[in-house]
Amino acid sequence: MIRAAIAGLGLLLLWHGFVWLTEVPPFLLPSPARVATALVDRWDIILGHALTTGAEILLGLLLGSLLGCLMALTLAAWPAGRRWLLPLLLVSQAIPVFAIAPLLVLWLGYGMASKVAMAVLIIFFPVATAFHDGLRRTEPGLLDLASTMGASPVAVLWRVRVPAALPSLASGLRVAAGVAPIGAIVGEWVGSSAGLGYLMLQANGRSQADVMFAALFVLAVMSLALWFTTDRLLRAAIPWQPDSLLSENNRKVTP
Amino acid sequence: MLPQGLALGGVPVLGQLDLAIAGGATTALLGPSGSGKSTLLRLVAGLLPVPAGASVTPLAGQVAYMAQQDLLVPWRDVLGNVTMGAHLRGQAPDLARARALLAAVGLTEADARKQPAQLSGGMRQRVALARTLMEDRPVVLMDEPFSAVDAPTRHRMQSLSAGLLAGRTVLLVTHDPLEALRLADRILVLGGSPATPAEVPVPDGAPPRPAGDPALLAAQAALLERLAEAVS
Repeated sequence: MIRAAIAGLGLLLLWHGFVWLTEVPPFLLPSPARVATALVDRWDIILGHALTTGAEILLGLLLGSLLGCLMALTLAAWPAGRRWLLPLLLVSQAIPVFAIAPLLVLWLGYGMASKVAMAVLIIFFPVATAFHDGLRRTEPGLLDLASTMGASPVAVLWRVRVPAALPSLASGLRVAAGVAPIGAIVGEWVGSSAGLGYLMLQANGRSQADVMFAALFVLAVMSLALWFTTDRLLRAAIPWQPDSLLSENNRKVTP
Repeated sequence: MLPQGLALGGVPVLGQLDLAIAGGATTALLGPSGSGKSTLLRLVAGLLPVPAGASVTPLAGQVAYMAQQDLLVPWRDVLGNVTMGAHLRGQAPDLARARALLAAVGLTEADARKQPAQLSGGMRQRVALARTLMEDRPVVLMDEPFSAVDAPTRHRMQSLSAGLLAGRTVLLVTHDPLEALRLADRILVLGGSPATPAEVPVPDGAPPRPAGDPALLAAQAALLERLAEAVS
């Protein structure tokens, strides 16, 4: 934590020194102090747009994760449907979301719906594939045991395969939490009337680089907060998942 | 009964065999790795589709299965693992019986609330044994149940399970001659390719036989030789 703070401070100093030495005009690269001033002065506007973007990200994450879980469960529970659904899953990722963003805005309007749809499209895939992989890789001995215990296929799915696949699902959700802001921001860049992407686009048009940087900073903070919150929640929900990074620290012998 | 033998993936694994397993007794199935012991066990357990022309007495619902890995699920505590069968069938678990069985395999009341990750390998295998007994089935199929634990633990586990499984029909697959000689009422050695079973005499006395018995040790040496021949 202290190391991260020192590294961040060092970068800020480097940035400030660069701007001070080269005397770059502020509309190209504002100094950190200017960005901070913009952040404070325009706080109310930035906050409003940040709330819009945040709502889009969270809604997209929720719907995308739900849809991804549903897809993985369908694939696992219905082997015959795999042939139909797997190509669909791949096609949904073969089309770059940047390419269909204008279409989505055209269909769903300038409001929140098109941005949420974009985030869902991006989030859905990592969640579905990670969870499906986990559901496919249940320990065979465990399935044998469940079979001799007289478990129905539904019970095997819900009480053995799903819990066993939760660590895989968690990996998918971590990736999803990391990429969710991309979907929302891309949507806002393509066409919107609110959100941090919209604010950045407007600021860019008016050469207000300091506002752009301030919006970018808020977006980065929001993304990091989302990722760490997701990670913390997942860890708490799946306490049995071995974590070699954590146990490495515990095992460290003090000399 | 397998009149045609059994091939898996086009490779003949088991030869023609007709095997009747005595009820209420322990039958040990010995053989080198890859001799088809586990295949035979899985066939009896109903985990493999019965090949055409063969007949296997259907044992669905009468079999409890214990494998080499303990197969404890990490998301349930020890008591939850022992009652896993009822959980999977959607029945209410008999917690009093589960606690009694945990005590019978030598685990304390405090152990019952622990997570599997907190247990040693030997304790995990004890929980697996309690879970097998919890199923309360007439036939118990064991696939190298104690091969993953250290020698002293294995010795204790053998004595413990022999006492607790007395009176049930046990089919024990193992590659350890000592284990077979200590626990079995009847020993079959699978050998050849495709494999066929051959009967081997067992020492006198009721299982669990003491490991230090000279007759048992002599029989172990002879059996080891025989298994080594079966490989070559």
